Amino acid sequence: MIGYTLKRLVWLPIVLWAVCSLTFLALRIVPGNPIQTIQNQVMDKSQLAQVEAVWGLNRPIAEQYLNFLSKLIRGDLGLAMSSGVPIRRMIFERMPPTIELAIVSLIVSTVIGVLSGVASVTIRNRAVDYCVRTASILGLSLPLFWVGIMLIILFSVNLRWTPTGGRIGAGVDYQVITNFMFYDLIATGNWGAFGSFLRHLVLPGVTIGLTSAGFVARLTRSAMLEVMSSDYVRTARAKGLYERKVVWVHAMRNALLPIITLQGLQFGAILGGAVITERVFSYPGMGTWLLDGILERDYSVVQGGIIFVALAYVLMNLLVDILYHVIDPRLRHASQ
Amino acid sequence: MQVEKTTSARIGVFWRRYDIALVGSAVFSFILLITILASAVAPYDPMARDIKNRFAIPSVENAFGTDQLGRDVLSRVIYGGRPILGASFAAVASALAAGLIIGVAAGYLGGWLDTLLMRLMDVMLSFPSILLAILIVATLGIGLLNVTVAIGFSMVPVFARLARSIVITLVYEEYVIAARSLGASDPHIIWKHILPNMMPPIIVQASAMLAVAIGTASALNFIGLGVDPGTPDWGMMVAEGQRLIFDAPHVPLFPGLLITITVLSVNYMGDGLRDHLDPKLRRQDI
Repeated sequence: MIGYTLKRLVWLPIVLWAVCSLTFLALRIVPGNPIQTIQNQVMDKSQLAQVEAVWGLNRPIAEQYLNFLSKLIRGDLGLAMSSGVPIRRMIFERMPPTIELAIVSLIVSTVIGVLSGVASVTIRNRAVDYCVRTASILGLSLPLFWVGIMLIILFSVNLRWTPTGGRIGAGVDYQVITNFMFYDLIATGNWGAFGSFLRHLVLPGVTIGLTSAGFVARLTRSAMLEVMSSDYVRTARAKGLYERKVVWVHAMRNALLPIITLQGLQFGAILGGAVITERVFSYPGMGTWLLDGILERDYSVVQGGIIFVALAYVLMNLLVDILYHVIDPRLRHASQ
Repeated sequence: MQVEKTTSARIGVFWRRYDIALVGSAVFSFILLITILASAVAPYDPMARDIKNRFAIPSVENAFGTDQLGRDVLSRVIYGGRPILGASFAAVASALAAGLIIGVAAGYLGGWLDTLLMRLMDVMLSFPSILLAILIVATLGIGLLNVTVAIGFSMVPVFARLARSIVITLVYEEYVIAARSLGASDPHIIWKHILPNMMPPIIVQASAMLAVAIGTASALNFIGLGVDPGTPDWGMMVAEGQRLIFDAPHVPLFPGLLITITVLSVNYMGDGLRDHLDPKLRRQDI
């Protein structure tokens, strides 16, 4: 177990380095640099050269790369080219909303996915099973952005239950401590703002959650089918346990393993989904920031944003992998 | 008579076994056909404006209504599959070709090349796929061709890893060893023995990837990284329709519905293909 973790940890910096280098190089493969593309019309040659010198873009690419790496090791992702604000500060501002969105989505997809997956196996009714299977393949096929817009039309425009977008109502007063609103608003006891915050979060969360619940339901169904026919479930039943206890305690415990892994791996899909969903709901997270960076051709924003999200994804995968080995004794023995 | 009965019985069994997959294939073929024949099928010019008739709700004249410029939504939806389906097919085909070359080279030749190629694929897989696609569009610039390249590129590792995993088991098959001991060259073995035998799982994977590609292409067009504004395209139409949710919610409704039906039909078709071509991969779900 320790050996396996160590092996993964040794490999980690190499993967991180490769991810950062790939991002750095990808953005510089194409001839011309961002400043030339944006400022072509408004600057003459000498001004252009001056600005390039400020950003170090006139240096050889190898020097830029070493400079980038040495700053990166110190956690410095540079300044945004369009605003001059440090990327690190922008990430701290934009990351909490996206993490809050990702957590709500994970909760929605786990609850809906696990419940419907279990229902399709335990309720001995072909119609229920068929509905769950159809709904889950439909969930996999729905375009996220369209689901978001349809939910806005239904709940915001017609029923007027939720706002059409944003993170908190305009004009709502609140104090920023960590920029995790869930914590900030509870810590300051600002319940009015908290309600507004939740109303803004629910639709984007449900949008991502619904579309990824299909995976969870399919996996739960196949894991439960396998577990329910196993010997220890038969033994549990033979002991005369209530069916509810057999399902949720004996069977679920083992079926949970693949579900936890999937949800860990889904984190990346959810982050990717957040880019699209944040756009639909004008939600001020990493996704909107990254897209604005691309549309404004602000390469330091794109570079910083992508590196940060990819790092989070790699670390999350590693965590899931190690956790999986901790939970499942069979794998522990296999890796030894 | 006897033969005929068996044939119809066989068709019956085949139908019962693959009913949803066959419906999926039929629906997808129909959508493809309509898309290819768009200029003959569409009732109006997808770009023709009729300002007096804007925001019209679905009616006999305009089955899907009209948008903010009075353009016929049905005609735009019929044309709107072209960019997305074209980009998706091209992306999957090129990713398939590149993935096969990389995977077969890594699996067949082994050694340091295998390690190098597979580690490279691992790095590509450490980006969430849509993020990798976005990075590539950010590098190459906005446009449908770049969206195609981006989607194709982000799918290469999936095919490469699958191809490699099949090749490393195939090289130990008796018929491959026999061919080698008879003095067959490596290209001959790869072309005649390995490639044909790795096709079933690759085709299954390609159909699954096609569904993903259609979803990604429409998402990238939706966020404005693909086609130009105003182009009849399912993703772009939903994006432009989002501004009309108060006045004309039918404008974003129909193109999104078409994306859903298309991806759903490809998914069902893929499930059927998996069951038919690769019984080993057949899963208990769906």
